Amino acid sequence: MLTDHAKLMQFFSEAEEVTGRKKLQKMIYILQKCNFPFEEKYQFHFYGPYSEELSLRVEELCNLGFLTEQKEEKKNFFQYRYDITGDGLDFLHQFQMDMPDMTEQIALLKAKSSRFLELVSTVLYFDGLSRDEIIEKVHTVKPKQNYTDMELDEAFQFISTISPVQ
Amino acid sequence: MPYKDEQLHEEKVFKDPVHRYVHVNDRVIWDLIATPEFQRLRRIKQLGTTYLTFHGAEHSRFNHSLGVYEIVRRIIANFEDSPRWDPNVRLLCLCAALLHDLGHGPFSHSFEKVFKLDHEHFTQQIILGDTQIHRILEQVAPGFSQKVADVIDKTYEDKLVVSLISSQIDADRMDYLQRDAYFTGVSYGHFDMERILRVMRPLEDQVVIKSSGMHAVEDYIMSRYQMYWQVYFHPVTRSAEVILSKILHRAKYLYEQDYIFKLKPTHFISFFNESVSLRDYLKLDEAVVSYYFQLWQEEDDAILRDLCERFVNRRLFKYIEFNPNQQMNVWKELYQLFQTAGINPDYYLEVDSSSDLPYDFYRPGEEEERLPIHLLKPDGDLVELSRNSDIVESISGKKRTDHKLYFPADLLRQLPADHPAKERIAEILHL
Repeated sequence: MLTDHAKLMQFFSEAEEVTGRKKLQKMIYILQKCNFPFEEKYQFHFYGPYSEELSLRVEELCNLGFLTEQKEEKKNFFQYRYDITGDGLDFLHQFQMDMPDMTEQIALLKAKSSRFLELVSTVLYFDGLSRDEIIEKVHTVKPKQNYTDMELDEAFQFISTISPVQ
Repeated sequence: MPYKDEQLHEEKVFKDPVHRYVHVNDRVIWDLIATPEFQRLRRIKQLGTTYLTFHGAEHSRFNHSLGVYEIVRRIIANFEDSPRWDPNVRLLCLCAALLHDLGHGPFSHSFEKVFKLDHEHFTQQIILGDTQIHRILEQVAPGFSQKVADVIDKTYEDKLVVSLISSQIDADRMDYLQRDAYFTGVSYGHFDMERILRVMRPLEDQVVIKSSGMHAVEDYIMSRYQMYWQVYFHPVTRSAEVILSKILHRAKYLYEQDYIFKLKPTHFISFFNESVSLRDYLKLDEAVVSYYFQLWQEEDDAILRDLCERFVNRRLFKYIEFNPNQQMNVWKELYQLFQTAGINPDYYLEVDSSSDLPYDFYRPGEEEERLPIHLLKPDGDLVELSRNSDIVESISGKKRTDHKLYFPADLLRQLPADHPAKERIAEILHL
């Protein structure tokens, strides 16, 4: 029961706070690609892999009082920040989960911008292709982002650094 | 004349209860509809188990796919005069619209969850693999099948083409809302599609709505909201989905325990082994699944037998509201009480959450979270819908989640009156 919710709570307890829904979407996708057992289903959208299931599950966790969502108005948009609550920690402690430790990966992901994580998750989305094909595909699906060769190199380097769960 | 330009000698029409007529002139579209892979969609219901709640909801993915094709055909007819529209992508759009749901399997949602499948993956395989669909698309032009697959995967270079098939106001949603409303018989789900089609404008990378058409879009957003609560997330349908999932889990478990089924479940074996080939996938439609459920009512395993009998004869689980924040201890207690009562809680007790059946709400969202609906102002500026519409802003902020606890009330009532667990179970579940 609610195991998928508990896995997300484990993520939030290790991340402590996450700023930005886009960043959250990409973090969970990248962790999934690193074999962490998150079950949310992703599809490719305008800004890369996106999971409606994740959006709704996070909304549920907020409505249950397990997470708080702070809405901050930026220049042309809103940004959301998520923090785990005491009730959330109590909920999490009731689960005996066999979830691998993801502290190191979360720290690496948190340190990066959402633009960079969008690039990394897009590269991972096309991971069945060769490096040259992936680069071509990234430029095709994200022409407006104008990702530079340096950013692409950094993305591939980041992917090789972030260790998948065995 | 090249195959891609070939027209039928005379226009073919399908009578359709939602769009009145679906018009086909292109030979390619006509040939695609005639393939076994597309005809299979007749045997996959659009709304899965919803027919157990709304008896009219027996319509299929075939109906819906034709409907999406027809809407895209009409949108393109409106766009043809726009300088921003490239007439060379017409056939690509029509093929992608027609084939977008090709990979849906029987009772997709539960099957995908239990057997870890992804219908989008099979859509890609059918379009790119050794199928009649693939051969027809390649006859249009070498590499055309890949373009169709990319549009459906939303990774095609021309975002305008993608947004016709998949965006927050696309042909897919406009068809299923109206079609599902029609077949379920509910009075929600209706909106002025003709008006929306008239105010749609193609931009470089997305379809936008002329701001004068905002009220028609508000109606569309409202109908999405109402259809979610009244139809898609109906608690009785969710009960049927819970039982369906439990049947699949039980059958898989029994197979893994070397249980001898009375009839070898040949069609399911690759699903149980989680190594489903395209050929296996295409063979399993809802008619086949129903056949096995009929047979499994005669099985020796009491749990499989009972669950199938419930599903086939609509003897569903009852439910109560459940708050995981306040009732976790209740869950643990119930789990133990069920065990004491000899009722396996792994198959007869379930919490179902709204995120178990995710529905695509309209979310204005955060910058670059996902593309919202944009209104095109007279001065050429774009503004996100909820910034101009109080109605949409109000709906966007509403609480849209809930959790329900499902259980077999009939089985629990049959427990002997003096059973030590009965009174407490009845107290918790309000029996």
